[in-house]
Amino acid sequence: MLIYEFQAKALLKELGVAIPAGYLAETADEVRMAAEKLGGQVILKAQILSGGRAKAGGIVVVDSSDQAELAASQLLHRKLITAQSGGRGLVVKKLLVEELVSPAREIYLSLVVDRKNEKLAALASPQGGVEIEELSKSSPQAIKKEYFCPERGLMSFQIRNLAYFLDLPEATFKTFLDYLKSLSTFFLLKDMKLLEINPLIVKTDNQLVAADIKMDFDDSGLARQPEISSLEDWSGLSAEEKKARSFKLNYVKMEGHIGCLVNGAGLAMATMDIIKLVGGEPANFLDIGGGVTEEAVGQAFEILASDQEVKACLVNIFGGIVRCDLVARGLVASARKFALNKPVVVRLQGTNETEGRKILGEANLPFYFVNDFEQAARLVVNLSQP
Amino acid sequence: MSILLDRNSRILIQGITGQQASFHTERMLEYGTKVVAGVTPGKGGRLHLGLPVFNTVEQAVRQEAPDISIVFVPPLAAADAVMEAAAGGLKLIVCITEGIPNLDMLKAKRFLAEKESSLIGPNTPGLISPGQGKAGIMPASIHRPGPVGLISRSGTLTYEAVYQLSQLGLGQSTAIGIGGDPIVGLKFVELLEMFKSDSLTEAVLMIGEIGGQAEEEAAEYLRQSDYPKPVAAYVAGLTAPKGKRLGHAGAIIEGNEGSAQDKVKCLAAAGVKIIENPAWIGQTVRELLAEKKGS
Repeated sequence: MLIYEFQAKALLKELGVAIPAGYLAETADEVRMAAEKLGGQVILKAQILSGGRAKAGGIVVVDSSDQAELAASQLLHRKLITAQSGGRGLVVKKLLVEELVSPAREIYLSLVVDRKNEKLAALASPQGGVEIEELSKSSPQAIKKEYFCPERGLMSFQIRNLAYFLDLPEATFKTFLDYLKSLSTFFLLKDMKLLEINPLIVKTDNQLVAADIKMDFDDSGLARQPEISSLEDWSGLSAEEKKARSFKLNYVKMEGHIGCLVNGAGLAMATMDIIKLVGGEPANFLDIGGGVTEEAVGQAFEILASDQEVKACLVNIFGGIVRCDLVARGLVASARKFALNKPVVVRLQGTNETEGRKILGEANLPFYFVNDFEQAARLVVNLSQP
Repeated sequence: MSILLDRNSRILIQGITGQQASFHTERMLEYGTKVVAGVTPGKGGRLHLGLPVFNTVEQAVRQEAPDISIVFVPPLAAADAVMEAAAGGLKLIVCITEGIPNLDMLKAKRFLAEKESSLIGPNTPGLISPGQGKAGIMPASIHRPGPVGLISRSGTLTYEAVYQLSQLGLGQSTAIGIGGDPIVGLKFVELLEMFKSDSLTEAVLMIGEIGGQAEEEAAEYLRQSDYPKPVAAYVAGLTAPKGKRLGHAGAIIEGNEGSAQDKVKCLAAAGVKIIENPAWIGQTVRELLAEKKGS
């Protein structure tokens, strides 16, 4: 789970890490007042749950409170499409208004779960402010990695290794050590996946200030992190995504016209792939999961059937834990409720498949049964065409 | 033979008194699997489904000498259960539980590295050696004994693959789900190595998906090992967008790593027969076996 920059900065402040002076604002008026308090020259930062904000125009530097107000009125309620927002615009509802911190140097710093090596890693680079992925390709020698384990945490000598690699002024060493000690402890305590400070600014007076921060938490850890869970914000989600979340459905909207309802993530991906292979475009990824209820199946179906972009649906169920008859009942109840008017190709295999087909067959609704995987995909692509 | 699990395997169920665990234990018993005991702290001394229940793995090991444990314990307690099984000397631990925190799994894996146990999962349907035993939650009826070794990161897509194989009369030696999480136990490389020397296995089918590097590692292993058996692979997620997690915690293309296209390229370069269409899994494996017999 990603959290907003302003939320992450509040957490940093509690940890004793210096952040720029700033205010959160929701209207152009508030932005103007914040800018006045900060002396006019400020940076405005759109609060959306995505990286790549600068390139998308979500970060603006202004010289006066007048300019700040103007820029804010242009930014607020605008949709930003970033390189990471999956082609979709994210509405800017809040701006972080901050003082401009003049850097002597900009450092890159992060803590991450390195899944390939199954270790935790602290990464640092003297070239802050740039994208780390690009840097790791163009000049990998500019990044230093220190691995650490959850039992011992990041050790002082490892932090010194990073400090010397970064060639930090010695006057900053104690602060750097303190920062990384408390950040790595926090990382382990809060089930984090990524904590990235980019840049960490080294000021001319040798102060260290975290100018931008990204925090990503392990979704599986949220059950034991009530404080972090409470930071989750659904307001950026579409109505369909909210519905999917509340019924524990894994749903990701895509660009195409064929709705997919599948049990299991792998089979759901394969279903999208085969639609593409036979000339169609999937409208979504949807995995109803193993513990699904009849009602949740109905909600899932409604998400697809009520989507204007969806011209036809493919239901692909391989019953194991999930029973085909349960899925069939959910589909029928839901289809009756909103008067289904789109063709639906159904493939039911596995647990209670005969019963499931019978329930659908007797429903007198536009269901088409196909057993073969590829034929099902071809049929739904045909039916989706005008 | 088969790998990891055969008719002599003695199975322990951790969390046996839970609803899912009870249901699946019954299915395993029906299949003829030798389930010998269960563990649920606080419920030791009872019989459940006709099996003795113990408070700790240690007690169960002393009384019933199991060699495989299947973990059905809830997510926040599951890593501890895995470590308990490893401390008890279980040879193989199969962790069905989905949603275990990453850091817990890191700790558990570090603990396992000092022990003799191997881990399958978490977030896996488990494994089955058709006709011999089933240590997991997959529907038994679609499987049949035969020459294909199957390693998969998915659940229901594995059932689809097994179904296609069985429809064509191709049985399976052992079918293993390695799990859909970012951090799992045995992966393609270790299991390919086991299938290599298994007399029953004539060909290996890999089912991969986006995210992580397990398929790339397998490709590297195959490239270097002069593997004696034909290998086919299907990788799901050709149409997956970057940065969006598709169901499995492990199924996400992060940065430039983990796309299906990259994985397919690596595997093809290592001599693996790539299955482009998920409806062709069965027939591709059949062709591969026929080519092998013909050569």
